[in-house]
Amino acid sequence: MHKRAPAFCSAARPGASGFCTRCLFRRARMPRPASPSIPEKEFLYSSLKQSLRLDGRNLLEMRAPTLTFGPELGWVECALGKTRVIAQVDAKMVKPPPERPLEGIISIHSELSPMASSEYDSGRPSDEEVTITRMLDKVLRRSDVVDKESLCVLAGQRVWHLRLTIHCLADAGNMLDCACLAGVVALRHFRRPEVEVVGDEVTIHHPSERAPVPLSMHHTPYCLTFAYFPETSILPVLDPSHLEETLSAGLLSIALNAQRELCVVQKAGGVPLAPDEILRIVGIAVDKAKELDKTVEERLKEDWAGRTVEVR
Amino acid sequence: MSLVLPGEHVPAQHVNLKLGPGLLQQSSPGGESSIIATRAGELNHSANRARWWVESNARRYVPAPQESVIGVVIARSGENWRVDIGAAHMANLDGLAFEGATKRNRPNLKVGSLLYARVSLAHKDMEPELECFDAQTRKAEGFGEVKGGFVVHCSLKMCRQLLDPKHFLLPMLGSRFPFDAATGLNGRVWVNAKEAKHIIAVSRCIEAVDPDGGGMSEAEMKKFLGTLDI
Repeated sequence: MHKRAPAFCSAARPGASGFCTRCLFRRARMPRPASPSIPEKEFLYSSLKQSLRLDGRNLLEMRAPTLTFGPELGWVECALGKTRVIAQVDAKMVKPPPERPLEGIISIHSELSPMASSEYDSGRPSDEEVTITRMLDKVLRRSDVVDKESLCVLAGQRVWHLRLTIHCLADAGNMLDCACLAGVVALRHFRRPEVEVVGDEVTIHHPSERAPVPLSMHHTPYCLTFAYFPETSILPVLDPSHLEETLSAGLLSIALNAQRELCVVQKAGGVPLAPDEILRIVGIAVDKAKELDKTVEERLKEDWAGRTVEVR
Repeated sequence: MSLVLPGEHVPAQHVNLKLGPGLLQQSSPGGESSIIATRAGELNHSANRARWWVESNARRYVPAPQESVIGVVIARSGENWRVDIGAAHMANLDGLAFEGATKRNRPNLKVGSLLYARVSLAHKDMEPELECFDAQTRKAEGFGEVKGGFVVHCSLKMCRQLLDPKHFLLPMLGSRFPFDAATGLNGRVWVNAKEAKHIIAVSRCIEAVDPDGGGMSEAEMKKFLGTLDI
């Protein structure tokens, strides 16, 4: 392999500094930024042992989410501390696929660009990006948040296609929870135009003619992430910051709604956990989801009260 | 004081002109030279209009010679170490650029060690180089490996302010409890104190005062310090 043009190597055996150890051909992309230094690592572990977190939170305390709504319906910016995500929903009328003539379509588009953090490359999706995309799909689409049948306008002819776009603007840890929250609030905030069906004829009323209708939703799931650390004396931490995330031994993400219905439990590798421990964490997550639900409902109500929808 | 954008002409003229960060001298074929800005920010000059510079805020560090920085050792390559200083490229640190280092007796750095060093070479076409001693006297002058403590990340404007002896934050914190701090101009501040809660307090205060974060003023900071458990 190394006798040919160096471009062929593309760092087949990347060394620590990003150089291929055999031909010194440098990997085209920037080497991943360093893991935290030894003093940072030791300080984080020792302070967590004393139940102290670097931003002054308790171990099981979330950063308070800030929700900002845009001028359009279905545009939401969610901020957890310095982590910021924008979610936007738009709807389009399409012909349904023949195998599912009675259901609307929901597609989720998310991308982690280097804008969020210099750790993310453009081009090849990183492991984090794959995890976030899959988890968003599980939480927002597969757990049946939106009633897909209500999106059907004319069986086999016309259905709504909802497109949820998620932009990650800044990553200061726990991007997944922030993206899920932004996505679900955007769906709650969105209102689709009113449609009228007479025979085979479909009329879409412009929002200025008839008030747009909210999506019919089955439930509102929230994602909560807990970080576990290699030393068993350190208790799990809710809503980990960036440093806590990189130094953790494993993350446990739980998606559930305020009605105590569990949607997704995801634990990709990391420390082994006892069943009792997981049940305990789920119990904590239920309380947090209820609190979160309350603030989201309040913010949505506030925003709707401040909005004037013109109906002629 | 005025705002400039990259490429804008700057009316800097003096027999002994000194240009600071964000300014560039451009010479035209005709022989006359003009000064243009390379950064967006506030244009400042000294009282006698001899020194000019552009002040702005950023998060990405661009190395400049003689600036002290805090870096993390990433790898060892032969005699040298490769150090991450938060710039677009890794910096090189000669294994002999320490006080009292000889071929036989070298400092024992590990991958992940934290360093307080000075940028000795910063050129746009080359990787930056660091040194941990004064090249003339060969004394450490405070540079070298730092052990223990914690690194706070902040914006570049914040760390420049922390180096200003007239800035209120570090003296205010110092009057409450003793601590050590080493400020790197690359947006990293190393802090050490006896108790973990004091280190956390310093870290949160820097975050709160940072114009890129909370942006608190002195009076707000005093109130905030009162709410902390220290």
